[in-house]
Amino acid sequence: DLYHSITTYGEGARGVPLSGHVGFDSMPDQLVNKSVNHGFCFNILCVGETGLGKSTLMDTLFNTKFEGEPTQHNQPGVQLKSNTYELQESNVRLKLTVVNTVGFGDQINKEDSYKSIVEFIDTQFEAYLQEELKIKRTLHSYHDTRIHACLYFIAPTGHSLKSLDLVTMKKLDSKVNIIPIIAKSDAISKSELTKFKIKITSELVSNGVQIYQFPTDDETVAEINSTMNGHLPFAVVGSTEEVKIGNKMVRARQYPWGTVQVENENHCDFVKLREMLIRVNMEDLREQTHTRHYELYRRCKLEEMGFKDTDPDSKPFSLQETYEAKRNEFMGELQKKEEEMRQMFVQRVKEKEAELKEAEKELHEKFDRLKKLHQDEKKKLEDKKKSLDDELNGFKQKKTAAELLQAQTQQAGSSATLKKDKERKK
Amino acid sequence: MEELEKDLHLDKALTVIWSEIHCLHDDIENLEGYVGFANLPNQVYRKSVKRGFEFTLMVVGESGLGKSTLINSLFLTDLYSKDYPGPSQRIKKTVQVEQSKVLIKEGGVQLTLTIVDTPGFGDAVDNSNCWQPVINYIDSKFEDFLNAESRVNRRQMPDNRVHCCLYFIAPSGHGLKPLDIEFMKRLHDKVNVIPLIAKADTLTPEECQLFKKQIMKEIQEHKIKIYEFPDTEDDEDSKLIRKIKEKMPLAVVGSNVVIEVNGRKVRGRQYPWGVAEVENGEHCDFTVLRNMLIRTHMQDLKDVTNNVHYENYRSKKLAAVTCNGVDATKNKGQLTKSPLAQMEEERREHVMKMKKMETEMEQVFEMKVKEKKQKLKDSEAELERRHEQMKKNLEAQYKELEEKRHQFEEEKANWETQQRILEQQKLDASKTMEKNKKKGKIF
Repeated sequence: DLYHSITTYGEGARGVPLSGHVGFDSMPDQLVNKSVNHGFCFNILCVGETGLGKSTLMDTLFNTKFEGEPTQHNQPGVQLKSNTYELQESNVRLKLTVVNTVGFGDQINKEDSYKSIVEFIDTQFEAYLQEELKIKRTLHSYHDTRIHACLYFIAPTGHSLKSLDLVTMKKLDSKVNIIPIIAKSDAISKSELTKFKIKITSELVSNGVQIYQFPTDDETVAEINSTMNGHLPFAVVGSTEEVKIGNKMVRARQYPWGTVQVENENHCDFVKLREMLIRVNMEDLREQTHTRHYELYRRCKLEEMGFKDTDPDSKPFSLQETYEAKRNEFMGELQKKEEEMRQMFVQRVKEKEAELKEAEKELHEKFDRLKKLHQDEKKKLEDKKKSLDDELNGFKQKKTAAELLQAQTQQAGSSATLKKDKERKK
Repeated sequence: MEELEKDLHLDKALTVIWSEIHCLHDDIENLEGYVGFANLPNQVYRKSVKRGFEFTLMVVGESGLGKSTLINSLFLTDLYSKDYPGPSQRIKKTVQVEQSKVLIKEGGVQLTLTIVDTPGFGDAVDNSNCWQPVINYIDSKFEDFLNAESRVNRRQMPDNRVHCCLYFIAPSGHGLKPLDIEFMKRLHDKVNVIPLIAKADTLTPEECQLFKKQIMKEIQEHKIKIYEFPDTEDDEDSKLIRKIKEKMPLAVVGSNVVIEVNGRKVRGRQYPWGVAEVENGEHCDFTVLRNMLIRTHMQDLKDVTNNVHYENYRSKKLAAVTCNGVDATKNKGQLTKSPLAQMEEERREHVMKMKKMETEMEQVFEMKVKEKKQKLKDSEAELERRHEQMKKNLEAQYKELEEKRHQFEEEKANWETQQRILEQQKLDASKTMEKNKKKGKIF
């Protein structure tokens, strides 16, 4: 991978003179050959309201007709549609992905508009991060989908940025290289344009929005880049229609009052945009995405997951230690969860047991009470029985006594009668 | 001073070249429909020059095989000089691994070259494990890179990994020594190995041919993987590569001395019978080596190191960390994930396992509770039943008692009535008697 060795060259190395041509000055060529053979890839994200000419500009920039129908204004939310194209110019193959925001700015409530854009960008970072973290990985054949440049289309109102623009750009500036452009700029006069550009730039500065700066560290391109930085935001016009000017067919927009030529630098900044975006700084855009935006995403993500570079004593961790520590923490967590669950169950069992024991005890108590009641009743019954028996006995006795008396009486009577009879008889 | 001037001159030249390209560019620009991304390679070129290059070359072989001389010849410099003596000047008892870093410039291109020496290799009587310090060095560089790559805050990642290992074979003319075979077998998975026949000026061309054939045969027999040239689509390049392949292993001669031969100044070795020229293709393969190593395949050596050898090291290291001694065959499918993703999956598996355990425990719990409750219910029913029975019993007894009493009462009442009648009768009778008595009827 091109970016794998960001070296500290010459450090600790002494310079030695060469007494002849060794031949390592072919290294840049070797590198170029390798990357040409490998092919290049570039991903552009176009953010802007529906109808600002995003698709037309892409067609104009890359001189081709990309597929797609113009979108309607009735999208319920912001969606991102991406298309990948294989282009070739001379011996250079380019895998170009154009991502469009569909429905941006169409909703009544636009508070969440930026969210799907941020999510999309993060998803591409995440995919790369996951690949990078795999144990068996194939980075050199990985199709990089990370967004290298975000063209932010500003509506040509001529006044200032819309609050949606400021909010969105603020959310995106730490995630992607933003190149703001004034769309459909043939609607603005030159003087209005200058004022508009100044207003936009000052609003961006005062709101702390970091847009992409063309790099000025390399002497070979420092001058042109620094000049171009002063022309931002680029006022562009796009067109795939051709008009005959002089004896050439040029891309232009024809009005009753004149023809706006896309590639005429007096008419618009299209040429500047193409120069900067494609011909001079495409590689730098890719590099910035990888070394700045992606690294920031990665760092935040890893910190979120609890990774650190040094232990509490500020000693550096080795990768093994980091993973082992993570793993131990992880296993400990799992074990703890397991223990907790077990404990909870033990607790429940205990409680339930106590409950049931309580219930059992109650039951027994109830029946003990009943038993007692029963005993009492029984006793009562026994008493009653006894009293009855007593009565019965008493009665029997009485009866017996009475009967005896009666018998006696009868006997006496009868004997008396007998006596009487006897006496009578005498 | 001369250096500085040279640099400035070169920088100026470069600026001129750039502006020329730009002009050419403008011409091309006017070509219809030119987008301009064909300029990407130039952008890559420009950035790589600005960044500079680095390369680490390791030389391994017994002392006296001319390793230092070859390095000096390759890079046309006195890497090892009086101030920085080469390893051969130092007597070593054990195998050391030493690195020298130099910065060389040519044509506006900066190269930080690190030469790694292994003095003492193969010089002892017992050379068992003399490759171990070499392996340790290579691994430690991989480890450094891995750690740097894995940091949360990654800034500059210096690449000190060994990109190529030149292995010097003594020109015995017979075949590979056991040490040669052992070393190459142990290192071919860790670094690009390029075997060289050293001091080739002691072999005649025929001897050299035979020797080469023998060596290649043995290399194939032992399945040693030496550095292979990548295939190209270009026919010309393919032809060149095939030619080079036929010459492997390259037989080289090095020299620190410049000699005049037929008016030319050449590097060579002066013998009574002639001069063996280092850069003469008919004398040795030095030029082939230099062209291949430096001029055409330096980048590829770095790429193979990065994409193959380093990745091998990394995946083994990470697999060890995450699998932690678990059976390797089980984890074959998990190597396509990052250790973190793997932990995530393990976490999910664990959650499922816990859920299952939870439901099982729950089931057992419910069942036991049900059992116990049932038992309680049964026991309650039993007690109820008994209680009912007793109650019934008691009720029956009560009823019986009632009956008895009722009977008794009846009987009593009857008897009392009877008694009363009798009493009444008696009373009546006695009354009558009284009456009669009174009437005098009674005697």
